[in-house]
Amino acid sequence: MRDVAVIGIGCTPFGEHWGTSFRDLFIQAGALALEDAGLSGEQIDAMYVGNMSAGRFIDQEHIGALIADYSGMATRHIPSTRVEAACASGGLSFRQAVIAVASGMEDVVVAAGVEKMTDVGTGTSVDTLAGAADREWEGFVGATFPGLYAMIATDYMHRYPLTREQLAQVAVKNHFNGARNPIAQFRQEITVETVLRSSLVADPLRLFDCSPITDGAAAVVVAPLERAREFTDRFVKVRASAQASDTISLHDRADISRLDATVAAGRWALKDAGLSHSDIDLVEVHDCFTIAEICAIEDLGFCRKGDAGRLTEEGVTALDGDLPVNTSGGLKACGHPVGATGIKQICEVVQQLRGEAGKRQVPDAVIGMTHNVGGTGATVAVHILEAI
Amino acid sequence: MSVARFWRKIPQRYNLIGTRCETCGTYFFPPRTFCPECRREGRIVDYRFPGKGKVVTHTVIRSASEQFEHLTPYVLAIIQLDEGPRFTAQVVAKPGEIEVGTRVRPVFRRIAADGESGVIHYGTKFVPVR
Repeated sequence: MRDVAVIGIGCTPFGEHWGTSFRDLFIQAGALALEDAGLSGEQIDAMYVGNMSAGRFIDQEHIGALIADYSGMATRHIPSTRVEAACASGGLSFRQAVIAVASGMEDVVVAAGVEKMTDVGTGTSVDTLAGAADREWEGFVGATFPGLYAMIATDYMHRYPLTREQLAQVAVKNHFNGARNPIAQFRQEITVETVLRSSLVADPLRLFDCSPITDGAAAVVVAPLERAREFTDRFVKVRASAQASDTISLHDRADISRLDATVAAGRWALKDAGLSHSDIDLVEVHDCFTIAEICAIEDLGFCRKGDAGRLTEEGVTALDGDLPVNTSGGLKACGHPVGATGIKQICEVVQQLRGEAGKRQVPDAVIGMTHNVGGTGATVAVHILEAI
Repeated sequence: MSVARFWRKIPQRYNLIGTRCETCGTYFFPPRTFCPECRREGRIVDYRFPGKGKVVTHTVIRSASEQFEHLTPYVLAIIQLDEGPRFTAQVVAKPGEIEVGTRVRPVFRRIAADGESGVIHYGTKFVPVR
């Protein structure tokens, strides 16, 4: 297996892009990534695109072909493949590109993610997202995504010491970071009161516990590490790529409050990289809801179960804390165009490791981790990147 | 949900017909036709659950998809049947009326309808046992 490097990144602003289509979002992100890598389109050998549900959001399937066509790759006939794992589609798209390069099958590969969510109403959006869980036995009885994570929160708060205020502080922290990220959907700071005064969506989760509906695209270019310098001197090494599965339904999990796919992927990634938790300088976790960030920090093994709320309250996960979590603003403040999120996480960590994160820069960041979840934890991708 | 897709699960949805693996004795609801533990060694048979169980965790849905919006706020829970399996269901109760561990029993209820003229989906909800 060859070592792999990320040689370019590009991300559109995240938000409600009424004037921009699905394909144009992708083109923007792809062009930014190629420009960043100093590449021309002729040098691309293959493309992967993470996308959860263009079929329901814009009535369009065959996304691999669509983006190959509109990015000018169709006439070169290079392979272009859609990757789908609900909200983890982006993370898996990146992993497929890494595997393609590591195996020696391809050299220069684009991994992208794109989602256009605002062309449908909120009701359709909520129902489409519910397809990331079990339609027959969760969606059928009226389960929504916030509802499923709310049931994780109820179970968690019944068993561990986590206050409603600590949960709110996850959102406050992520909005603080988002306010310092030029591509973030929400660039304003909030207070605990903002969260606690917002309307209930699914008890105990309120509107400000939830990530928003977002349009956006992100793309990265990966290449063999040994060839990275041919293209750029701002490359980042991929230290580990891990993926794990669990039951599709929340109710079938061994433990409602623990994402065992996160536990597995986190362990495998650290083992493959030969690293321990103390080596990680920052981590982008999948905070689709505030409770999800609490679970992620614990299930990745950064602290014991039940401690993440207190650590958040103490500022350990803040930008200037010992373990900065979601410096991008996370899904909560940066936005969550589902298929693009996993790639945006890679973009954020690469920016941090290149020392280009501006007002949200973590000083001397060398090793960063990303954690991307599909559904309520049925698919998890964990990646570890290192500055060279 | 298409007519056929709803229709084929009517015994399961109306009467809690699940399955049981005779090799390892595990009960399944939602039903599985392949035992994840015994795999090809498993022998799956139907099992009708009496439906007695308890609330494992719960929430109140206040913002729902279009099919369920008229029901809000409604109580959703993960129920654990006495035989072991867990699944998701609505509980006919007021917000705050149930807690973790509340005993429940099944009731036959309308779940949703497929538009104005489509099929009405019936199924099983639960009520707290007093």
